Amino acid sequence: MKDREPNRKTLLEAKNIVKVFGSGAYEVRPLKGVNLRLYAGELTLLMGPSGSGKTTLLSILGCILSPTEGELVVAGNSTAGLDAEGLAKIRRRHVGFVFQGYNLFPTMTASENVMLALDVRAAPVVDPPKHAVAALTAVGLAHRAEAFPSKLSGGEKQRVAIARALAGRPSVILADEPTAALDAENGRAVMALLQEVAKDPNRAVLAVTHDHRTMPYADRIIRIEDGVISSESRPKKDGMPPAAHDEHHHEPQSAPTPPHPETTQPAGIEKPLRGRYRIRRNA
Amino acid sequence: MQAQAADTGALLAAENAQGKAKIVRMAGKLAYRNLFHDRLSLIVTLTGIVFSVVLVAVQCGLYIGSETMIAAMLDNSKGDLWVVPFGTKSFDDPSFLIGHEKYAALSTPGIAKAEDLVVGFAGWRKPKGGTTAVLIIGSDYEHGSLKPWNIKQGSIAELAEPFAVAADDTYFADLGIDKLGDTAEINNTRVRVSAVTHGIRSFTTLPYVFMSLQRARQLLDAANTQASYTLVRLAPDANLESVRADLNDRLKDREILTQREFRNRSVDYWLFQTGAGSALIAGAALGMIVGVVIVAQTLYSSTKDHLNEFATLRALGASAGYIHKVILIQAIMSAFLGYGIGMILSLLVIWATKGTTLLIIMTPGLALLLFALTLGMCIIAAISAIFKVTRIDPAGVFSR
Repeated sequence: MKDREPNRKTLLEAKNIVKVFGSGAYEVRPLKGVNLRLYAGELTLLMGPSGSGKTTLLSILGCILSPTEGELVVAGNSTAGLDAEGLAKIRRRHVGFVFQGYNLFPTMTASENVMLALDVRAAPVVDPPKHAVAALTAVGLAHRAEAFPSKLSGGEKQRVAIARALAGRPSVILADEPTAALDAENGRAVMALLQEVAKDPNRAVLAVTHDHRTMPYADRIIRIEDGVISSESRPKKDGMPPAAHDEHHHEPQSAPTPPHPETTQPAGIEKPLRGRYRIRRNA
Repeated sequence: MQAQAADTGALLAAENAQGKAKIVRMAGKLAYRNLFHDRLSLIVTLTGIVFSVVLVAVQCGLYIGSETMIAAMLDNSKGDLWVVPFGTKSFDDPSFLIGHEKYAALSTPGIAKAEDLVVGFAGWRKPKGGTTAVLIIGSDYEHGSLKPWNIKQGSIAELAEPFAVAADDTYFADLGIDKLGDTAEINNTRVRVSAVTHGIRSFTTLPYVFMSLQRARQLLDAANTQASYTLVRLAPDANLESVRADLNDRLKDREILTQREFRNRSVDYWLFQTGAGSALIAGAALGMIVGVVIVAQTLYSSTKDHLNEFATLRALGASAGYIHKVILIQAIMSAFLGYGIGMILSLLVIWATKGTTLLIIMTPGLALLLFALTLGMCIIAAISAIFKVTRIDPAGVFSR
């Protein structure tokens, strides 16, 4: 894929990714040559109908599955030839996940969930509990640090999941349907948070979603259909015209401008992403 | 709040710069929480381990108790070499030597002391009627190396009295007597209990009755130069093997055994040739197997319950080793808890059987062995759970 963003730092690059499951009559080919880049400081949405290959692509981009063909480079590290442990090493160093079902550890408090991610990532910190609270403060949940997931609302759980994904400062955050289990208000809050997260010039965020309400928050929208990227667009923002890069692009020419993050925060998030997790905005 | 967060960030940055940063360890906490999250599962796991620990402790304790009983006479005598009748199976399986062995031994270079022991079965007629078999132990109770121990009433010196014997109070009911001074008959000769010992029990359940060497010979119709065993003590600078060779030359048709050989032969005979020890070992092994199966089943079930969490860990980048560590820590925590409770119950069982005919012995070595076995059992039990998580597909954490 021709690089149309020469001034942006590429944090993840998928080159001609093909994935084949099974063989012979049972062969399934969910990805048929996907080229994709995630740039630093951007929130990219990956959209497509069911069965289009979104989840398979997310699994490959997250180094959970290996592609049958093609190459994946994450934060400058090629995953070619890596075994399961090699891929796990790339994941823990460079990739953070936000899951649709939150996937928090029910037996651990919000802060312990964050500390667990720090442990998995082997990220050295001075005072782990303080560090975890700082991460939760960044998502506006410092006051819920000692709460177990069962005592948190859906929106709060997803914000804890985002704090966990940020722990250890990975370069790439991959979110799988982050608003699917949330009501509209919490969905907006989570997208606003991901938008803030993506403003870090050393981080790229990709969210796989069906939810069209998330589109206003995106810096870039990639559509996948039948295992290939069918379109890529940049919704109009701050009065700039949208930049469509594909003749199959079907996005509305005037995507709704996202509400200002500070006006969409749920109670408890006064100034999102402060302190250690504060995102430095692009100059 | 913003200022506070900024201060925190600055503090963390400063401490990081000073090199105080460390990696937080959460695997133990996750294992602990997983273990205690499902109380019912924990109770089942602990029940399995405790059952196993108690069963193995009692079986091994009985084994050690049996060994102690079988070797009691040998362990309480200080002999270097034993002259025994050819083909003797154990101390409690006596017959008579040909005779004069003591003098042959005393004339052998390198031997400092030799003493005769007379051991034999006899009939004990109870004062209120009825008879029972007893094992007579006749020895030089004044100067010899084997004499009654754990004297509770009376004294060894009183064995000098005519027809005086020492009996153990744990056999009083079997002997039909109640107290010191009671009388009975051995092989139709009246004897009087002049000393009472405590806890000298035989593996064969036949009561030991101690008396003087002369009295034993008299009651067992043995000649004055005859003995069941001749116990030999070496001179300080003597070589055991050369003395044994000399004795073998002098005393044909007898066996010359070291103290350890005679002990092992006695223990092997009663515990393995009779099958009693094999039964105890089989019981202990069964306890271990039951423990492994129960712990494996509950750990596997617990792992299945937390499979989604393990898949999440894997998706977050945890190595297979990290996840195995969580499961192993769970297993080790279960082992510690189960061992602790199991040992308390085992000690209670031992305490409850104290003073009965059941001799269960717990030694520091056995306690340590049990701990190692429990730990090993739980780690082996964790293997099935580890196999289960090894096959986790981390892609399962994504919506389909």
